[in-house]
Amino acid sequence: MNELALLIASAIASGTPLALAALGLIINERAGVINLGAEGLMLVAAIAGFASAVATHSSAVGLLAGAAAGAVLAGLLGGLVIWLNTNQYASGLAVSLFGAGFSAFVGIGYTQENLGAHAQAGVPGLCRLPFVGPALFTQHPLAYVAILLAVLQSWFFFRSKPGLVLRAIGESPEAAQALGYSVRWLRLLAVVAGGSLVGLAGAYVSVVATPLWVEGMIAGKGWIALALTTFATWRPARALWGAYLFGGVTMLQLHLQGQGVSVPIELLSALPYLSTILVLVLISRNPRWIAANMPASLGKPFYPGT
Amino acid sequence: MLELEARPEPSRAWAVLSPLLALGLTVGVGVLLFVALGKDPLRGLEMFFYEPVKNARALAELSIKAGPLLLIGLGLSVCFRSNVWNIGAEGQFILGTIGATGVALQAGPSTSGWIIVPVLLAGTGAGMLWAGLTALLRDRFNASEILVSLMLVYVAEQLLSFLVHGPWKDPDGYNFPQTITFLAQTRVPRLLEGSRANWSVVIALFSVAAFWLFMYRTHAGYKLEVGGLAPRAARYAGFSSRAALWTTLLLSGGMAGLAGALEVAGPVGQLTTHVPLGYGFAAIIVAFVGRLDPIGVTFSSVLMSMFYIGGELSQSRLGLPKSITGVFQGLLLFSLLSCDTLINNRVRFRGLRGARVEAP
Amino acid sequence: MPISNARHRRLFVHGLSLLPLLGWCGCNKKPAPEAAPSAAAPAPASEAAKADGTLKVAFAYVGPVGDAGWTFAHDKARKEAEAAFPGKVKTSFVENVPEAADAERVIRDMVEQGNTLIFGTTFGYMEPMLKVAADSKGVKFEHATGYKTAGNLRTYDSRTFEGAYLAGVVAGSMTKTKVLGVVASIPIPEVIRNIDSFTLGAQSMNPSVKTKVVWVNKWFDPPKETEAAQALLDQGADVLMQNTDSSAVLQTAEKAGKMAFGWDSDMSKFGPHAHLASAVINWAPYYKKAIKDALDGSWKVEQTWWGVKEGAIDLVNIADSVPAATKAKIDEIKKGLSDGSFSIWKGPIKDQTGKEVLKAGEVGETKMLLGINFYVKGVEGQLPASK
Repeated sequence: MNELALLIASAIASGTPLALAALGLIINERAGVINLGAEGLMLVAAIAGFASAVATHSSAVGLLAGAAAGAVLAGLLGGLVIWLNTNQYASGLAVSLFGAGFSAFVGIGYTQENLGAHAQAGVPGLCRLPFVGPALFTQHPLAYVAILLAVLQSWFFFRSKPGLVLRAIGESPEAAQALGYSVRWLRLLAVVAGGSLVGLAGAYVSVVATPLWVEGMIAGKGWIALALTTFATWRPARALWGAYLFGGVTMLQLHLQGQGVSVPIELLSALPYLSTILVLVLISRNPRWIAANMPASLGKPFYPGT
Repeated sequence: MLELEARPEPSRAWAVLSPLLALGLTVGVGVLLFVALGKDPLRGLEMFFYEPVKNARALAELSIKAGPLLLIGLGLSVCFRSNVWNIGAEGQFILGTIGATGVALQAGPSTSGWIIVPVLLAGTGAGMLWAGLTALLRDRFNASEILVSLMLVYVAEQLLSFLVHGPWKDPDGYNFPQTITFLAQTRVPRLLEGSRANWSVVIALFSVAAFWLFMYRTHAGYKLEVGGLAPRAARYAGFSSRAALWTTLLLSGGMAGLAGALEVAGPVGQLTTHVPLGYGFAAIIVAFVGRLDPIGVTFSSVLMSMFYIGGELSQSRLGLPKSITGVFQGLLLFSLLSCDTLINNRVRFRGLRGARVEAP
Repeated sequence: MPISNARHRRLFVHGLSLLPLLGWCGCNKKPAPEAAPSAAAPAPASEAAKADGTLKVAFAYVGPVGDAGWTFAHDKARKEAEAAFPGKVKTSFVENVPEAADAERVIRDMVEQGNTLIFGTTFGYMEPMLKVAADSKGVKFEHATGYKTAGNLRTYDSRTFEGAYLAGVVAGSMTKTKVLGVVASIPIPEVIRNIDSFTLGAQSMNPSVKTKVVWVNKWFDPPKETEAAQALLDQGADVLMQNTDSSAVLQTAEKAGKMAFGWDSDMSKFGPHAHLASAVINWAPYYKKAIKDALDGSWKVEQTWWGVKEGAIDLVNIADSVPAATKAKIDEIKKGLSDGSFSIWKGPIKDQTGKEVLKAGEVGETKMLLGINFYVKGVEGQLPASK
């Protein structure tokens, strides 16, 4: 029983960066901009966060620096795709590839640094409850921030006027412009805000989860987060569950290895990715469902004045 | 303030100048980087632009690096033109190495050298199979080909690991995860004695010609281009986007698989988990910088290989970090995308008093 | 997308811009012998090197020098070895050289740069080094952790399993849950041997100890190592061991208030409370010997496998919390390994299935040790894709 509780805790910890990144990407995509540069963003944010944390001995500063780096890089991407109308897919890929090289380059001097392990975090008092305590209440504060953000975002998109405007921009930018909204600036705002969350997720990996730096340490989490936005049909709460599910499968396969389950280890390692494909297939199966949920202008260039 | 104004028609001058400007920008930033790192910028540029082409041996090394990039880039350009985003070429490359190895391992001492043909065909087929999986899931279930093809890369890596740790492990290899070194007959023949350049160069050049013909001289190629540019018009004209999906994915998967087969049966000669080197991802940049055009892709694959080799040499000769290669590659693509806007847009400056100054 | 004839025009100009480069290589085309690296070409370089007295030595590393693990240990030894021969030796290194086709190019470049003694510090360089060695008969090659040799290529390795055994002894005496965890890298014989030796060491102090293993399939991947360590801790392990190259496992243990070891280098600063000891490799004794062999002409092909006896392996910085009796035992074992009176792999040893792999009193031979592909009794789990 205790092992199950610990597995749940590890799943949440493993899923938190995915959740944060997915939530950021949802903001982008709801406004109509697809950000294939998530992986590169997270990498740059990871090194920015790590370097800042090493310099100031504060993980809070590190996390903020990561968010800022994410915002800046996202702003750059936003400028390209929103004002210069470059192809969103290609530009995002460029950010990913550039981010990988740039972070590796900048991070050279940091492979020997470490931030020192923090004491086990958690909610005092609640973490002593049997089963639920170790399962749910021993997380780093960011894990709870992620949950709070999911709730806030749900409210924002479905119950607030600004959220409605953003969704309108994502569905039909021409109509939004006709109503007098500055589509490009609002889209940029969404991209930067989303980018800062993606950056926060990246910094979480290098400052909290593994207080070390190694090049490429994001190891595909940015891409998984992209998959999660589709999996969640662009709903924040579902993105959260998806992230925990993915984190759970990742940790589960490690547990299964330790148990000596007689399944080839390579198959276990492939499980998280196979499950993502399976979920994508199930979700995308119904084209009307996707069409009803996907922001209609996602990935398409917008020309004001047309 | 800078303002963009759409041109009435795309500027032909800028279509030519844009990639040159992008390259210039990248080199410029590179020089700044070298200086910032305290290294002689001229020596740095020498590593990237002179050393990789200075003699026949260097060119042979360049061809080994550029070959797979070119082959995969050709396939990807067809894909991207049709708005099919095959990000998983790396996985198809890996399947190519697996397919090729499967056949190569069947060879015995008396097998004829012609076995190289089925080896390469098997690699190509395996790559097509893997891409076909993505096509199937997109076709039947609408699953995004970007995400599916990418997830399949990770799955392919695990499959490779399983095979070299288990069924294909060299029985005399002290249990190290690698296959036997391929028998000489199953290797890709070299072009010249003593040079590492092999027939992959010939295959690559042949592919460039074949793709050029396909894209510009066949009806099918024309359909693909229109389908990508104006999907509704294409459908109206009866061009099926479904056919485009399958054609482009199978084609690019096959090319990636072929590249994998040539790599494993060529310079490496053995299957290990270290054979895949990320060419599937680098080829994405190659395709874009080459403007999704066979001739352009030829040049960009050479350029990218120069970046790779230059980065390596900068490290061993100048003590620069190898990740500088990744920075240059990403920067090149970035600059190219930005400079490309000048093709379709004119930059206008508004002066301080509202007076307009126009750029050419 | 630009239209067709603009594209062609642009490509023509694009091509023109590359002409200067082609011109460059045309002007600089050296005569044929350079194109085909033959035995003749490197020999003058080595004569030149010897002529001015300095031996040029190059090292190829698979990871970054700052990994605080495997590569760090090699580099530390490189510096020590160079300092031991002032004025006679010049060393250089290339880090992050992948274990594949690229390695061949890097090693060839090292030869071209005039190095006459080249060290390749990871198994995956075996085939590339053999190829280059065949073409460069005047250069000496040393390959770490491999098994193939040639006229000018020999192998060297360290008995990491001795360090693993010593760590196991400490682990066995410190564990309260009787469950140990190992974060393992790649399922090659060396790593499996280390897991087994660790377990045997622990069992010598506490026969009912169990070892759980999680494979991360990489030598160096801190995030994965962290998750693997967490999974092991979640399953009840209270002492962790690793065969990976970063300090992530130790840090995870520190965070959870459990215990762990450092590997390859002294990692105590990464987890001061959790650190029990570090199983370190000291390559300096071997590098000094190899350079000496090259300098005085006594270099010959052999397969070296050094351990505690030669000063290549040690268990250092043992924590104060470890009982004095255990520390004494460690010293006793080290002495036994040095004078040959103690063997780790001495029967009776059973594998996981209960089959006896070494009979009572039988000592495992080198060949058997090199090819170990089974878990000993007490290790839980199954080997990846084992036949």
